[in-house]
Amino acid sequence: MLKLEHIYWNTPDGTPILKDVDLAIGDGGLTAITGPNGGGKTTLAKIIAGIEHPMKGRIVFEGEDITDMDVTERAKRGISYAFQTPVRFKGLTVTDLLEMAAGRRLDEAARCELLSKVGLCAEDYEGREVNASLSGGEIKRVEIATILARKSRLMVFDEPEAGIDLWSFAGLIDAFEQMKAEGVGTQVIISHQERILQVADRIVVIEDGLVKEDGARDAILPHLLESSRCPRCPMPDPEVRARHAAKEARR
Amino acid sequence: MKAATEELLKLVSDWKGSFCGAYNIREDGKSVGRLSTEHIKVEPKQDGTGLDIIVAPGTKGEQVAIPACVTVGDFNDLVYNDFYIGEGADVTIVAGCGLHNDTGEAARHNGIHRFFLKKGSHAKYIEKHVGVGKGTGRRSIDPVTEVFLDEDAMLEMDTSQLSGIDTTRRVTKGTCGKGAKLVIHEHLLTEKDQRATTEFEVSLDGEGSSVDLVSRSVAKDDSVQSYRSKIVGNARCTGHSECDAIITGHGKVSASPQLDANNEDAALIHEAAIGKIAGEQILKLRTFGLTEEEAEEKIIQGFLR
Ligand SMILES: Nc1ncnc2c1ncn2[C@@H]1O[C@H](COP(=O)(O)OP(=O)(O)O)[C@@H](O)[C@H]1O
Ligand SMILES: [Mg+2]
Repeated sequence: MLKLEHIYWNTPDGTPILKDVDLAIGDGGLTAITGPNGGGKTTLAKIIAGIEHPMKGRIVFEGEDITDMDVTERAKRGISYAFQTPVRFKGLTVTDLLEMAAGRRLDEAARCELLSKVGLCAEDYEGREVNASLSGGEIKRVEIATILARKSRLMVFDEPEAGIDLWSFAGLIDAFEQMKAEGVGTQVIISHQERILQVADRIVVIEDGLVKEDGARDAILPHLLESSRCPRCPMPDPEVRARHAAKEARR
Repeated sequence: MKAATEELLKLVSDWKGSFCGAYNIREDGKSVGRLSTEHIKVEPKQDGTGLDIIVAPGTKGEQVAIPACVTVGDFNDLVYNDFYIGEGADVTIVAGCGLHNDTGEAARHNGIHRFFLKKGSHAKYIEKHVGVGKGTGRRSIDPVTEVFLDEDAMLEMDTSQLSGIDTTRRVTKGTCGKGAKLVIHEHLLTEKDQRATTEFEVSLDGEGSSVDLVSRSVAKDDSVQSYRSKIVGNARCTGHSECDAIITGHGKVSASPQLDANNEDAALIHEAAIGKIAGEQILKLRTFGLTEEEAEEKIIQGFLR
């Protein structure tokens, strides 16, 4: 459904960030993109959404060349992007954003369903302003709920786990899995979270502006966890890793 | 009552052919309808310059509407209204002003309102200003509001002027006694070559008094706004003022906040932010499929709500 062909992108001062990224994403399913900080994952997501444009390369969405299309046109064609750092708005409420995302009025039941998927109680949150009064984890969950409201063909989530507590996180994983099971769109999730990688069908590792690895989850994940490039734990020391794993198991 | 007045009433108040509670409707400088209720008296002043609105002590949950409409050009309306809110009362005051001008001559309304709130009383004051009509004559509204709050009294002012007023100079002054609270939310939008000036001056004289002053404005096209606020803390008190302005096109906004602390326990804060709409806000809404213009409109609508 989405083809990124030989994508190059430089920062405004000319530093190359994406260096020939070639990636095709099929219809349906859940692709996880992982890799070290600064590798170019968010840049790639912005290029998919049309927020940034590649210096070189072509983007094809459902057979149509969308390389020169702007953000609005791509959104209308069915591309959604949950920002890594959500935007705050003075005066707009959670309901305003959900309705803009959905493109229609949402009744109480619909708002409640969307917000409960991200672990927020509609009664407490629907009237809240999406301003500085929301915590990082709260605004992140609102951001994800807006993408769920859009139900678009392609959904890109950029580190959805960031700032989210353990309880809401479990619910979030359920929401991703449920969409996958029901065949609601195609999901691309940029993440460092092992539990998200575990529900992916496919894992792509982006490092230093290049696709370093790409394959089925079971082919990539075990070896990712073993490798010194572990996305979760920067310390390759096996002893530290073992202690970490034991602590995780006790939880 | 003229049809133009009815149209204006719908814009500036919750007029649906009648008002709920006490009221006075002012049309082109004259009263065209007035009603007092058991607890709220609406009475013309002896000298004919305006109204005295007297709310009996302990009145709860009632409303009084005193809209003023100007439907002709070449007219300069001036009115003095005084509100006396009795001890422990809790009421809502709706005071809109609408100008309909189809002529080439200027139309102006100048309302001088004074509020005297007795001990422990609470009032919510809602003021909407609107200008309509095809005439080239300038439409001006220059309200002056003076507020005197006794011990533990509280006034919440919610004012908005979002369209059709060419020039405005808004002056609001307040004095807060012990434990008194003044809350002001102002919403202002100017466009084309409109001009708006807002001035606030609040004196916190009583122990534990407070003011919260929030102004949100949008200056579009070639319009110009100026915002001045002065909070004086003369006792242990808290004062907060916030001026948030969005500019689009060639809009200009100047904000000068002043804080005077005359007591070491006065805690006064001012925040001001002026600038165009953040690019990332527009981008975010565009990822929902909105065009740039639609995104801008939604952001401004929310901001001024
Ligand atoms: N607009 C920009 N200007 C300058 N540097 C940028 C810009 N956007 C991204 N970068 C740089 O590009 C690199 C990759 O960033 P990003 O795509 O956010 O990485 P990731 O999401 O993988 O952590 C980082 O070093 C970042 O600082
Ligand atoms: Mg990133």
